[in-house]
Amino acid sequence: MNTHLDGNVLGGTLGEIFAVDITSAVGQCASCGTSEAMGEALVYTDAPGLVARCRTCGEVVLRVNRTGGRTWLDMRGISCLELHTPGE
Amino acid sequence: MARAAVLGRLTWQVGTVAEIREETATAHTIVVDLPGWPGHAAGQHVDVRLTADDGYSAQRSYSIASAPGPDRLELTVQRLEDGEVSPYLTDTLKPGYPLELRGPIGGWFVWDPAEPGPVLVVAGGSGVVPLMSMIRARAAAGSAAPFRLVYSVRSPETVLYAAELERLSQAADGFQMSYVYTRSGPPGAKVRIGRLNPVVLSAAGWTSAAAPAVFICGPTGFVEAAASLLVKAGHDPGAIKTERFGPSGG
Repeated sequence: MNTHLDGNVLGGTLGEIFAVDITSAVGQCASCGTSEAMGEALVYTDAPGLVARCRTCGEVVLRVNRTGGRTWLDMRGISCLELHTPGE
Repeated sequence: MARAAVLGRLTWQVGTVAEIREETATAHTIVVDLPGWPGHAAGQHVDVRLTADDGYSAQRSYSIASAPGPDRLELTVQRLEDGEVSPYLTDTLKPGYPLELRGPIGGWFVWDPAEPGPVLVVAGGSGVVPLMSMIRARAAAGSAAPFRLVYSVRSPETVLYAAELERLSQAADGFQMSYVYTRSGPPGAKVRIGRLNPVVLSAAGWTSAAAPAVFICGPTGFVEAAASLLVKAGHDPGAIKTERFGPSGG
């Protein structure tokens, strides 16, 4: 299988790490500069862990892998992440 | 958006199955009691985790079907023949059984009934589930937001929530819907059989000129075809939100 889902599937795994919702966060792709909600990313779930790619240029923006009580989070494909932090 | 519902780190919780309803031959709605559940925003999902005696576990995402409310939620699960999780949920699970889940998840693919609309929601098969939560949230809130569902199904037998949708569309309160039948239509009815098309998406009052907020949910191929048709018809890509599910949803 090489089909993709989308950034909505990141919500559960990253929701155990972050106190704010990741799917509505706006990420700027480090490769092409496009800023889009993380929910719009193309996410491949058949790789080890989850791999999110920019839907504009196709480059990897985020990888997360959990195993054995540890989580690896690679976000070097995102140059800036804008999060909703209500209550300020 | 109900931000309170998405703030705070997620943890796994164990609810209790209160009731199971058969929606179609292969889809069941599971009502879960979960004391302390904060409610959700319409469109959100949960992750369900099954753990075997030997410790092996598998998890899948399922959309919440019910209108937001505390302490209880409803999931509608479509059985996938070769699925790892859904056959247990549809065939084995019974009232009184525990069910482990985490959520509510996702602040992107959500609709707040306080928004004035119009809203166009497009469902492919069981992709109707999170959209049904939006439709139920609209009804529960007494919202007058113009709201239209385009629901693509293989045949009438696979329609989820058919009676409730019929009742809601008869209420003449601004909710309307159209079916797209891809394999067979109602017996005796002269309906077009085929894939989603530009004509059904552009019903009177629902063209891009009305600038509706758009939510599309279904299998990946359906979602991308529907989004492409809407963008070609002039809808603002920024107004279209999508949620895809695939075989890993089984």
